[in-house]
Amino acid sequence: MTTVNRKIIAPRPHPETEPFWLAAGEGQLLLKKCGDCGEVHYYPRAICPHCLSGRTEWLTASGRGTIYSYSTMGKAESAYTLAYVTLDEGVTMLTNLIDCDPAALAIGQSVSVVFVPTEGGPPVPMFRPA
Amino acid sequence: MSIKRKAYIVGAYEHPTRKADTLSVARLHADVAKGALDDAGLTKADIDGYFCAGDAPGLGTASMVEYMGLKVRHMDSTESGGSAPILHVAHAAQAIAAGKCNVALVTLAGRPRAAAASLALRPPDPDTPDVQFELPFAPATQNLYAMVARRHMHEFGTTSEQLAWIKVAASHHAQHNPNAMLRQVVTVEEVVNSPMVADPLHRLDCCVVSDGGGAVIVARPEIAKSLNRPLVAVLGAGEAPKNAAAGKVDLTFSAAAWSGPAAFAEAGVAPTDIRYASLYDSFTITVLVQLEDLGFCRKGEGGRFVADGNLIAGIGRLPFNTDGGGLCNNHPANRGGMTKIIEAVRQLRGEAHEKVQVRNCDLAIASGIGGALASRHVAGTVILGRE
Repeated sequence: MTTVNRKIIAPRPHPETEPFWLAAGEGQLLLKKCGDCGEVHYYPRAICPHCLSGRTEWLTASGRGTIYSYSTMGKAESAYTLAYVTLDEGVTMLTNLIDCDPAALAIGQSVSVVFVPTEGGPPVPMFRPA
Repeated sequence: MSIKRKAYIVGAYEHPTRKADTLSVARLHADVAKGALDDAGLTKADIDGYFCAGDAPGLGTASMVEYMGLKVRHMDSTESGGSAPILHVAHAAQAIAAGKCNVALVTLAGRPRAAAASLALRPPDPDTPDVQFELPFAPATQNLYAMVARRHMHEFGTTSEQLAWIKVAASHHAQHNPNAMLRQVVTVEEVVNSPMVADPLHRLDCCVVSDGGGAVIVARPEIAKSLNRPLVAVLGAGEAPKNAAAGKVDLTFSAAAWSGPAAFAEAGVAPTDIRYASLYDSFTITVLVQLEDLGFCRKGEGGRFVADGNLIAGIGRLPFNTDGGGLCNNHPANRGGMTKIIEAVRQLRGEAHEKVQVRNCDLAIASGIGGALASRHVAGTVILGRE
């Protein structure tokens, strides 16, 4: 089973991403949606990367998604699994897969978000098999 | 404005060292500059343009111009990781075509092996907007490329054995290179049975870590034709960035799918015309994806294309990385772009090792992927021709 055996580096929020990390502390995964073009994007920006509109709004994600790709690296206790997870909202995010047997993972598998504590910062969104 | 035949590569030099215990990074840059000048039959005073990337110490162009005592009127420090020298050759050709310089020096050098530098990605600038959304998850070069391999296997049925053929081909070439770090010919079985580094990539799917470097000199046609060297013309080039696209991630292709067609269009040639290919080989998967994206085979067919020795000189349809490449020869400064250009120049001049020299090699491609294939990278493609 991959659990989190390493110290997670704390994210350093920028002014425009503080709401994301505050929500993470409350167990919610936020995305950004553009008030002009309607596109959802990740990682969140103040400016929509699709149309450069400044009218971006926070959207609470379901926290559900599927594995797009993954790779387990490291030996035994230090092993961890890097992954891209495609959220039900359509965006794909870099993350880790935890609480799983890496050998049993598969692309397309359903996963759900879990927030994992970091070293002196807000928790970060990782995923485990749903 | 096209750069086709507006500039020629007149000098090329690869540093023979693979572990530079007693050479500084600046010294390595200067060594390769001197080597390329000697190769071209030019002197330091002829250089009026200088190009280097993030592997150069200090303030890049400014620091190295000072160290080497150059007097230049054009500089470019475009940074795109390991593909940078390929972009630099293209930018040098543009600068020459625009009259900004006549003789451009491009250098790359580093000593990560002697310095025992970590393979972890460089400590990021906290102002970088993506860092807070990536660093906590510990992305490394190896697992970022491994995720591309995993997805390719899923989408197209590519196998570890097919990827292994890329290393096998490189090792067949490296056996003839006395400077290569890994000169032993390996088998598909040896590659897939080597320790797993980042699933599904094995140790032998990865390039070496080495010191050293290289340089090329790009000059305007009149100067090239006045020198007593074979003529290697820059025919076309392309460059393109690719990233996670704000969440629209697609790992099945690289930015070479954009830089490649641009280079072919400018050169006015097709992939089937290419006699030799230098393909960035940080990992076996890097080569496979480029082969597809540059049009040497259809998307998804890279695995079948590389199998059975198709990349081996004298055996296969598309000889690649005949110096042994990053997979077996060297990967100076953790950047493979310069050595890709240098081996293409050797092939076009007929100066590759006789066991791997491609007959009548009149058209070659050098392709680079700098950065990390699964997150953000920059592809550079240059097409070179012998006259």
